[in-house]
Amino acid sequence: MTPLQIIFIINAVITLFAAIKVVTSRNLVHAALWLILVFFGIAVFFVMLDAGFLAVAQVVIYIGAIAILMIFTIMLTRRVAKDSGAQLNSNWWGGGILALIMFAGITWILTHWQRFQTTAPTIPATTDSVRQLGVGLVSPNGFLLPFEVASVLLVAALIGAIMVAREQKK
Amino acid sequence: MIPISWYLIFAAALFAIGLFGVLARKNAIAILMGIELMLNSVNINLVAFWRYLNPEAINGQVFAIIVLAVAAAEVAVGLALIISVYRKRNTIVAEDIDMLKF
Repeated sequence: MTPLQIIFIINAVITLFAAIKVVTSRNLVHAALWLILVFFGIAVFFVMLDAGFLAVAQVVIYIGAIAILMIFTIMLTRRVAKDSGAQLNSNWWGGGILALIMFAGITWILTHWQRFQTTAPTIPATTDSVRQLGVGLVSPNGFLLPFEVASVLLVAALIGAIMVAREQKK
Repeated sequence: MIPISWYLIFAAALFAIGLFGVLARKNAIAILMGIELMLNSVNINLVAFWRYLNPEAINGQVFAIIVLAVAAAEVAVGLALIISVYRKRNTIVAEDIDMLKF
């Protein structure tokens, strides 16, 4: 076992445990805090996959923006968040079975894939993947159009969010 | 070295947990949290495939960034809808939100 594999296993166990706590904990604020731990574990995986920019974006966008937004919403709807009743609906066992089937199915299909045990090719030290990514996102031969479409989508979503959540005066 | 299978199976497990959260939770915010878990597991898959199969091209990372942007947009609109529903109905339990039902 290499140190990298040990780090992977520890991180995977922590992240999966936190994910299970997200979907099972009764108090929604606790669920949001466990969600932050999941996001952080995933940022660690991005670092292990040599995707430094994505790891930083994960921390800034998911932990810094999305998780905080969720905590704000939980606080704005506080009375419901603290309700003492069951947090799972009456068909939760069906969801559990479906999730297990999904996991088993994905794993089964993956084990029949021929390159399942591929190890990572070494990236030459001269390549700068952050720079490559930056150039790729703004060059017309690269991903300029999807990048701009994503910007428009974000603006539309934010305007829509303001319109939907605005207090309606009667 | 870590084979790609570890990342893929981890992502599959995370996806299954998120799916369970979406299907089983009552609270609309908790359902959104489940969706976030699923989107994150997909991102891990994308980046793992990029790193293991095609690290010269940058496509995998760009795809992951687009997923990130769409997830941010989705959560902003979703939470705004939840707040709006909470103002009208004073509940965010998914089963009680039935204004579109005849």
